[in-house]
Amino acid sequence: MKYVFLVSLVALMLGSCTQENENASGLPVFGVKLPITKEVNGKTVVDSLEHTIPPFSFVDQDSAIVTEKTVEGKVYLADFFFTSCFTICPKVKKNMKKAYKAFKGRSDFAILSHSIDTRHDTVGRLAWYANKFDISSDTWHLLTGDKEAIYKIAYDYYVTALESADAPGGFDHSGAVVLVDKKRRIRGMYDGTDPERMKQLVKDTQLLLDTE
Amino acid sequence: MAFSCGNSREKTYNEGAMLYEKHCENCHMSDGTGLEALYPPLAGADMLQSVGVGAACIIKNGLQGKIMVNGVEFETGMAPVVGLSSVEITNILNYIHNAWGNRREFIKLNEVEASLKACE
Ligand code: HEC
Repeated sequence: MKYVFLVSLVALMLGSCTQENENASGLPVFGVKLPITKEVNGKTVVDSLEHTIPPFSFVDQDSAIVTEKTVEGKVYLADFFFTSCFTICPKVKKNMKKAYKAFKGRSDFAILSHSIDTRHDTVGRLAWYANKFDISSDTWHLLTGDKEAIYKIAYDYYVTALESADAPGGFDHSGAVVLVDKKRRIRGMYDGTDPERMKQLVKDTQLLLDTE
Repeated sequence: MAFSCGNSREKTYNEGAMLYEKHCENCHMSDGTGLEALYPPLAGADMLQSVGVGAACIIKNGLQGKIMVNGVEFETGMAPVVGLSSVEITNILNYIHNAWGNRREFIKLNEVEASLKACE
């Protein structure tokens, strides 16, 4: 049933006309388009809606409220982590730091790292981490807030984040880094533990900044 | 004699490298550089150099509180790495003390065992 639904959506996607010059970078747009019906010249037509990251509101290491407005007109990276994570997180952070260094001077670039351990990762704890990690909230926001809202938005970024007693540290999550464009569409997914993929991320980010 | 000795050192180093990848690399990184002021380096680290064989105790008991490594203060804390035999710890020590440009005399099992006894 689910498959039939997906297949018809994909068919719809292919059938609908694409706005070509909007993807000047040539990078793919991730996600299944959702059909919407609307009136055009008095006739009902089926169009499609692209997957975008919905509005959100979290708080960062400097107690600032970070919403979709914070990343308006910006290309940004998103990931999920927690400060006491001793599995893949330090590696992912090390690789992300390279992207941070490459683009931190730009006002049209940002990074949002969401903590999935909202109970321990208070604003104070995130501030400590940001200081030790030597990053500035001008570009890189370490986010905490309502736990449900964070797990929900992970789903919108197509990233796995689960609380699990079986996982090391109590959380099961992927090391994916997501590249989001100025329209809050997902344009790339990268394994944050893989230095080669993270080099590609820097290239793709540059391409997006240059062309779209 | 010199030959077999050389081979066993190489074997120890290689086994240490595999154990390092499994038990240490997440935090101290494959190139031993650590992560900023959160996870200390082992490559060219003055603290590792000065603790020498005593690093066995850091592996076994972990390390808490503020420490200085190459002039940078760390306080993240390291949990004990459990389930390693003294042979495995010896292999890891011979690896970290000779990888990434580090150099140290070959560490023998009985030295590690004595060190581990002292920090029980
Ligand atoms: C979960 C992350 C983590 C793992 C895994 C880990 N360490 Fe550490 N290690 C740390 C942290 C953090 C410190 C600093 C401790 C402090 O804050 O006082 C440290 C300190 C050290 C030090 C002393 C400081 C220095 O840089 O010389 C040594 C030696 C060391 N670790 C070796 C190892 C070895 C060998 C392994 C694997 C058997 C290992 N560690 C596994 C996080 C880790």
